[in-house]
Amino acid sequence: MDRYDLVVIGGGPAGMAAALKAKECGVKKIVVLERAQTLGGILEQCIHAGFGLHYFGEELTGPEYAARFISLIEKTDIEVKTDTMALNISEDKTVTAVNTKDGLLEIRAKAIVLAMGCRERPRGALSIAGTRPSGIMTAGQAQAFVNITGYMTGKTVVILGSGDIGLIMARRMTLEGAKVKMVCELMPYSGGLTRNIVQCLDDFDIPLRLNCTVVETHGKERLEGVTIQYVDQNMKPIPGTREYVQCDTLLLSVGLIPENELSKDIGIELDAVTGGPKVDQTRQTEREGVFACGNVLQVHDLVDYVTEESMIAGRSAADYILGKSSRDAEFIETITGEGVRYIVPQRINIKSDEDIKLYFRVGAIYTNARVIVTIDNKEVYNKRKVKLAPGEMENVKITTDMMKEMNKDSKLEIRIKI
Amino acid sequence: MNKKMVCVACPIGCPLEVEVNEKGEAISITGNTCKRGETYARSEITNPTRSLTTTVKLLGGKNPVVPVKSTSPFPKGRMLEAMKVINKTQLKAPVHIGEVAVKNILDTGIDIVVTNNDTGR
Ligand code: SF4
Repeated sequence: MDRYDLVVIGGGPAGMAAALKAKECGVKKIVVLERAQTLGGILEQCIHAGFGLHYFGEELTGPEYAARFISLIEKTDIEVKTDTMALNISEDKTVTAVNTKDGLLEIRAKAIVLAMGCRERPRGALSIAGTRPSGIMTAGQAQAFVNITGYMTGKTVVILGSGDIGLIMARRMTLEGAKVKMVCELMPYSGGLTRNIVQCLDDFDIPLRLNCTVVETHGKERLEGVTIQYVDQNMKPIPGTREYVQCDTLLLSVGLIPENELSKDIGIELDAVTGGPKVDQTRQTEREGVFACGNVLQVHDLVDYVTEESMIAGRSAADYILGKSSRDAEFIETITGEGVRYIVPQRINIKSDEDIKLYFRVGAIYTNARVIVTIDNKEVYNKRKVKLAPGEMENVKITTDMMKEMNKDSKLEIRIKI
Repeated sequence: MNKKMVCVACPIGCPLEVEVNEKGEAISITGNTCKRGETYARSEITNPTRSLTTTVKLLGGKNPVVPVKSTSPFPKGRMLEAMKVINKTQLKAPVHIGEVAVKNILDTGIDIVVTNNDTGR
């Protein structure tokens, strides 16, 4: 049995930032467990630009953003175990992991940071009729093929789902000479960032078909085409709108799911909407000494926010290990009002002596709507927003002054008013 | 004339409105929440540019390709032309972030540089 102060599970942007922050706060023995060959996580295949504008004040590509953190880690005595798969976490915070060098590892930790990230919703989770030829894969798999192994996955492409990875891949495949015929989106709006619609689709005249889905796949060994169909408000296919589209590749970009198998093992309750653990503002889960950050907690659209969130988790883990966590605690749950899908953190300690940022997502597209925060039905925040969209995470600040007005029965709600 | 566009200079994507005169110059720009938005709108009206990112072949590396980017935003209309040049390029490991893969591509004054480290096999 090895003993560490802190075990960080996952060496992507979340795990790296949490480990670095914990180190900076004085934690001695830290180990990061990473399943892949190198640190960096998903950033390694995100070769496009757009990372780091908030955090570094300059625009970087994914690998560059990751490399900055990797080199910071290399300058510390944080231990990194790559090619290492965490298998289980037990009640007493013992992490079981396996790799080819150490064999089976048992690591006893004072605190754990969960930073396993998320995975793509696979095709199995979607019911598409038809044959099962090759040429159907998630957008992220295609991204890894093209950007890491240099292998082009097809010549004519249809993309189902307009999440950011799908949009980014529409441009990527086009640049590499493929013909991207269209992006079909079941919803009446895109789930991706507007900037990606502009620079990945509009720039290359790739049509985005809203309220439209793939209902059938064709082909024996290799995909030969798909049948698409429009849907009504109730997501029911509209008769007479079927259309055959020739393609040899179908990319699925239909959402991301936080990877919480390990969290479930130790009985951490998950938020039904985010798919991640429920946490307080320190990013501590309902298990004392177990923290979560990054895409395992909620799927982010900007890595900069992942870094920000993970530094909170890293600092909180350090406070916990060094016995500095505030003992004065009174928790209330944050309430999602009209138009708000979820809020992270799900509960806050109102005895906090620091302002708290609440992150949330809306459930539909709004223009010129107001974001309103109430405490016991009294408005404490009211701001007009030109645009609110499900694909873009918003935040509001709860100040210590606001918290002074609250008690354990207070109701803190965020809602959207048209 | 008023033109509507979305600023793509950062992931926030502010909706911009640009007033353009007969000469095709931007007279006023609204909707941006930072200075970069203004610069973006001006260039979008005269010479639209985008950052260009792709990969080049790598010999002897851990991976068979390494990612690259343009050192500054690249003329939008010439991207596919640039891709032809980049796809003919080959580098040898080890390579490091910032190393030039293609100098002054298509005489634009813009370089294509490596964006990841690969120390080789
Ligand atoms: S105006 Fe500034 S903040 Fe808004 S999208 Fe452009 S760069 Fe980003």
